[in-house]
Amino acid sequence: MRIQEIYTVHSVYREDMKIRGYIFGRGEKSACIVGALRGNEIQQMYICSQLIQALRELESNGCISAGKQIQVIPVVNGYGINVGRHFFGVDNGDLNRAFPGNAYGEQSRRIAYALLEDVGAYIYGIQFASFYMEGEFVPHVRMMETGYQNASLANLFGLPYVVVHKPAPIDTSTLNYNWQDEMTAAFSLYTNKNREIDEQSARQAVAAVLRFLKRMGIIRYESHSGYISHVLYEQDLSDVHAGEAGIFRGLVKAGDDVRYGRPMAEILDPQEGMVRETILAPTDGIVFFAHTSALVLQGDTVYRLVHRLHE
Amino acid sequence: MIENITLLELPVGEHLAIRRNRICYKKESKALGRIAIVSGTHGDELEGQYICYEVARRIGERPECLTGIVDIYPALNPLGIDLANRTLPITGVDMNRMFPGSKDGNAMERIAAAVVDDLIGADLCIDVHASDIFVQEIPQVRLSEEFADRMLPFAKLMNVDMIWMNATATVHEATLAHSLNTMGIPAMVVELGQGNSINMIYGNQVVDGIFNVMHEMGLWTGDVAPTQMPAISSDGKVEFIRSEAEGIFLSRIQHNHFVSMGELIGEVVDPITGEVKSRITADKIGLLFTLRNYPLVYEGDLLARILTDITHNSSAIRE
Repeated sequence: MRIQEIYTVHSVYREDMKIRGYIFGRGEKSACIVGALRGNEIQQMYICSQLIQALRELESNGCISAGKQIQVIPVVNGYGINVGRHFFGVDNGDLNRAFPGNAYGEQSRRIAYALLEDVGAYIYGIQFASFYMEGEFVPHVRMMETGYQNASLANLFGLPYVVVHKPAPIDTSTLNYNWQDEMTAAFSLYTNKNREIDEQSARQAVAAVLRFLKRMGIIRYESHSGYISHVLYEQDLSDVHAGEAGIFRGLVKAGDDVRYGRPMAEILDPQEGMVRETILAPTDGIVFFAHTSALVLQGDTVYRLVHRLHE
Repeated sequence: MIENITLLELPVGEHLAIRRNRICYKKESKALGRIAIVSGTHGDELEGQYICYEVARRIGERPECLTGIVDIYPALNPLGIDLANRTLPITGVDMNRMFPGSKDGNAMERIAAAVVDDLIGADLCIDVHASDIFVQEIPQVRLSEEFADRMLPFAKLMNVDMIWMNATATVHEATLAHSLNTMGIPAMVVELGQGNSINMIYGNQVVDGIFNVMHEMGLWTGDVAPTQMPAISSDGKVEFIRSEAEGIFLSRIQHNHFVSMGELIGEVVDPITGEVKSRITADKIGLLFTLRNYPLVYEGDLLARILTDITHNSSAIRE
């Protein structure tokens, strides 16, 4: 394993923030894995750390294929993680909305530029990403519909779902979108946590990446075949909204099979405790996303369902 | 008449309400002209609070002069304003990157859709922004080049110092102004001053411009103040000056100033050693329309912007 410093941020009163890449094998830049772009992406950083452990062992056993190079960048926004802040720097910029960046712009754009300059050279790009709404997902691979996306390749991770997402204007400044623009086959992997570590889904994510690397001939590794992924388009998910605000008591969780008309959640009056609303399933399906915060606003999306799909 | 254009319940005994004051002294009909003044999308930008107040106040003084409808929306992000928070609380999402919203989306997307829905039918929407908390700006209209042909005649009436036509469409695509223009509702962004503060001189200048626009649109029969012709960025070039080092920026120049070649703009210093790490001088002549006020800087942070290739005698330049 070799370590390279991709970019360094200098601050007046903090030590330098160094963005480090951990490199395995030598030769063609085959696959690059990126972790925490945001300061709350602890699970994403953890998954990368476990991946580095696994790749280090594979490398010492000679299991990185000849002429192939893998890079893992566990942390981009170290400053944010150290102070428990979602975004970067004094101007609180979202690094995953700073791409393609600018070599002469403000720091967040320079970081994005330097990162993309480095990772854009890889054939496959994998980002452990997070969603702006707090909640749990079933583990899945997400791809943007840029015209370059390849859902068949995404299947090779062996995760239960592949979601194809039509990019909105705001998505055009993400790493995933710009990675695809660099002709890297880019995938975003979502597990069920951000701020907390979930060992089970972290293991599943590490296994999915190793499975993908094996199937692309980048490592020699024996792994379980995983799932034959169910490919779905984001616009086909059925959203379930809260009609009232209050304390959210979820009765089902991500991955559960729900039936039409059955209770999915209750919203309680936060002071008197009575049930203000019982949210019923609008369709049969699998819970793809579940709100997990204790409180809910009126109109919040509390569940997203894969319509008429069963376990 | 003050109405809630959207009302969303929060968990504990409160609603998130976006309010609109419709000022109209005629019998309301679709035939009446309508202008919308919108502000407070970013909770740390308060310049629009004064502008909304002053527009309502001046109309209240001469109600007989109003011949159409003026809709005032002072706070599209009321919780952000209450917290001095630029973004939407809880999610941290920039509200001005989620338009036109979605009626079937999450709570905040529905709010954005309700705002757009309420603005449909306006003959003009003026979206008032301050700068952020880091730099101060002269009063200016910012236009996307995509809609410049249609919006430039309105912008020239606004009594601003400058019109900046900016081609970065990606940045603008999810904003309120871009969404409205795409839907055929003329909309422009006015930017002035600095975050978390109010500059009443700039505010009055823009309010004079708003009444001038209303007069030209036939919505206002009262007197209007003389307005100036702005400098237009398509006639010149915007020069960005960024910090070459991390440190504390000490400004050595006045804002809204015509700089000459080699003039000192400021210094980046190191408080521990007492050293000057970087001296920033103008390498172009022009109007210094942006100047950093917030001292702490990283390498690459914006310190100043100069509109170059314009003449010192331009009527827009007021030292």
